[in-house]
Amino acid sequence: MRHDFVTIADLPKEKLMYLLEMAKEFENHPNRELLKGKVVATLFFEPSTRTRLSFETAANRLGARVIGFSDAKASSVTKGETLKDTILMVSNYADVIVMRHYVEGAAQYASEVAPVPIVNAGDGAHMHPSQCLLDLYSIYKTQGTLENLNIYLVGDLKYGRTVHSLITAMRHFNPTFHFVAPKELAMPEEYKIYCREHGIRFEEHTDFNEDVIADADILYMTRVQKERFSDLMEYERVKNVYILKRQMLCKAKDNMKILHPLPRVNEIAYDVDESSHAYYIQQAGNGLFAREAIFCYVLGITLDEVRNDKTII
Amino acid sequence: MSNKTERQVAAIKNGTVIDHIPAEKTYQVVNLLQLETLETPVTIGYNYPSNKIGRKGIIKVSDKFFTDEEISRLSVVAQNVVLNIIHDYEVVEKKTVKTPDELRGIVKCNNPKCITNNEPMNTVFHVVNKEKGILKCHYCDKEQFIEKVELV
Repeated sequence: MRHDFVTIADLPKEKLMYLLEMAKEFENHPNRELLKGKVVATLFFEPSTRTRLSFETAANRLGARVIGFSDAKASSVTKGETLKDTILMVSNYADVIVMRHYVEGAAQYASEVAPVPIVNAGDGAHMHPSQCLLDLYSIYKTQGTLENLNIYLVGDLKYGRTVHSLITAMRHFNPTFHFVAPKELAMPEEYKIYCREHGIRFEEHTDFNEDVIADADILYMTRVQKERFSDLMEYERVKNVYILKRQMLCKAKDNMKILHPLPRVNEIAYDVDESSHAYYIQQAGNGLFAREAIFCYVLGITLDEVRNDKTII
Repeated sequence: MSNKTERQVAAIKNGTVIDHIPAEKTYQVVNLLQLETLETPVTIGYNYPSNKIGRKGIIKVSDKFFTDEEISRLSVVAQNVVLNIIHDYEVVEKKTVKTPDELRGIVKCNNPKCITNNEPMNTVFHVVNKEKGILKCHYCDKEQFIEKVELV
């Protein structure tokens, strides 16, 4: 059965675990010919080099061929073509469409008009479900479980869509969240309401030091961007507060891992890279396995078929 | 002593009288019910004095009875209007506006970055809280208040 992969928010727990098990199979054997003879289109109406490379690598490692564009300037959008026409046109050529768009809800609409499956590679500030799946996979892999974890979200919790998706996706797993952010970038009220409605425990902090994070299983860092501040004095005051430094790891639990959706600018000091807690580069690598799983899921290839796959290279 | 007062708008024999419309919303009701396409007599009155809402509009439509779906569209402009169903000069039923579970192609999303504002397509909203009048865009998920959205 074909699916779309537009959002992760409404997937039930079993579906999430199913996708994570599938990603694990691809980590064991990433190179296969499961998609041999298929054509994957990557339509990037907004440039995003690493997401596009990760999807294209996933398609290539499964034996598919890839067509597409990496910038709307290279497409007919500049001539005024509607999204619907572009999607229908490409559906004539490709078996699955991976789409990044700057407009919110674009992927949902594309999935309603397209005869082929749509994979949302980010739609404006709205959703970025493949990032969320690779975050979940990274947590699952490093902790051995998703249940009962202490997850610390640090930095820009107001605009960071990855942290918002993580809260919704983790609701099945009894997490305790800690929101560490300056007041101006604090977790929006709607997500705190969401937590209360779903029985998710959370604490808020404005301090960021070794004592605050001593209990963390996962430390999810995000970037505090200057352009997000209306008050530049406030930015100057907090810009160095939410930087993770090596000595802040002195009280960390052994199993604690540091995640970051990347790119990082200065929010994780470079000497943290050498620590056994650093995981952000491997995290990005997990994106390949998560996206291989997404391709199989949308094209109706089951976990059993992946496990009994005879096309492993 | 007579308690008779002059009727504000002439009576109709059969049809629907839409009453208690906030005066400034009268023409939005006309648009939402597409009264301009009817071929039966329609009387549109507004700025009538009202004890409840100050100034009100009244619309009388002969030989026309609206479906519940048509009536539910009014929830975006005038939740408290009353539709009197008239048979042979008598009010046989009073209908009120019930907020529907879903609004299709009726109001605009107030998120300028939403796909519905960037593509020739219908909007779809889910009514997530009828009491508070909260709508959620099917596409961008943005929640908005029913009295703050514009008609398409």
